[in-house]
Amino acid sequence: MSSVDTQVLPSGTWQVDEIHSSVGFAVDYMAGTFHGTFGDFDAAVTDGVLKGSAKVASVQVKDENLAAHLQSPDFFDAQAHPELSFTCTAISRDGDRLTIDGEITIKGHTEVAKITGEISDPIADSYGGERFGLTLQTVVERDKFGVSWNNPLPSGEPALSNEVTITAELQLAKVGEGEC
Amino acid sequence: MLVLGVSGSLRRDSYNAALLRHAGDLFEGEGAQFEIYDGLREIPPYDEDYDTEDAPEAVSRLREAVRDADAVFFVTPEYNSSIPGALKNALDWISRPFASNPLRYKPVAVIGASSGMFGAVWAQAELRKILGAIGARVTEGEVAVGNAGERFDQNDRLNEPNLEQEVHEVVARLLSDAEAAKTSQREAA
Repeated sequence: MSSVDTQVLPSGTWQVDEIHSSVGFAVDYMAGTFHGTFGDFDAAVTDGVLKGSAKVASVQVKDENLAAHLQSPDFFDAQAHPELSFTCTAISRDGDRLTIDGEITIKGHTEVAKITGEISDPIADSYGGERFGLTLQTVVERDKFGVSWNNPLPSGEPALSNEVTITAELQLAKVGEGEC
Repeated sequence: MLVLGVSGSLRRDSYNAALLRHAGDLFEGEGAQFEIYDGLREIPPYDEDYDTEDAPEAVSRLREAVRDADAVFFVTPEYNSSIPGALKNALDWISRPFASNPLRYKPVAVIGASSGMFGAVWAQAELRKILGAIGARVTEGEVAVGNAGERFDQNDRLNEPNLEQEVHEVVARLLSDAEAAKTSQREAA
């Protein structure tokens, strides 16, 4: 954690506003791109260090049976590994652009990841507080995390891509003194 | 540790039933309790009209047996490159309602026997795929007992030590996975 440049992100403690934020994934499936989100997630910046997590059981897609399949051992295995998580190890900024080195843990496997994104500087919000925004994106190879389910197309090609784009659009509100 | 054994074959002198009994002895040798489910013939064809709170009694017994077990061990023959219809039909009943079905997160393993030379390998792969889709925790490992008519002695025991060793490895792996699942359930609670 010592390599994190604490000047890049605002100092102090900032907690995600879950209502106005989203965490999701996109993966090519057959002829298009399939999207899903996580309803229950957490993210915080503390003294310049970003950490985040999402509850696998909160995965949201348009079919309840598919959601159940995504939580099963074929995919995320919510019973054995109830959370996905991310920890930032290094961060750099060029204007509004961010480049983050970090570690992503999915299904108990931890892999290094390079994340790109944008940051907006803190503003006074409508609730008497301060907040800033992060828009983050990374691409992971899901088989490295043991998420290797697939189904062949009639051509023999796999229906589901191995590359998954993970996105987070976060609004982080400053935690005042006396709060935790 | 309670393991439920399910054979996909209904035949009275089934090689798969013999293989299941042999595997059961290996489970018991590892200290597990082993019960064979023998109601496959009584399961009616899946019909959503009858899949209500008052499900057919044979189906309720099957669902309860799976729910009560810590792990399920399947042996399957192969028909037309796939699993027997009776077994698929039973799995269709077990799998509904999908999000709360008793095979969800249940550790399972699959082996198989056939009178042909390939030992039901395609059926085993098919069954693993189906069990994964249902949400089970599918243990790695395959045992293909080919030319099954020549692989059992007069006491219906596998007559090749190598095959018994392969079955034993899958048995041990399933018990290990089931123990890990119980541990993670306890930690989650």
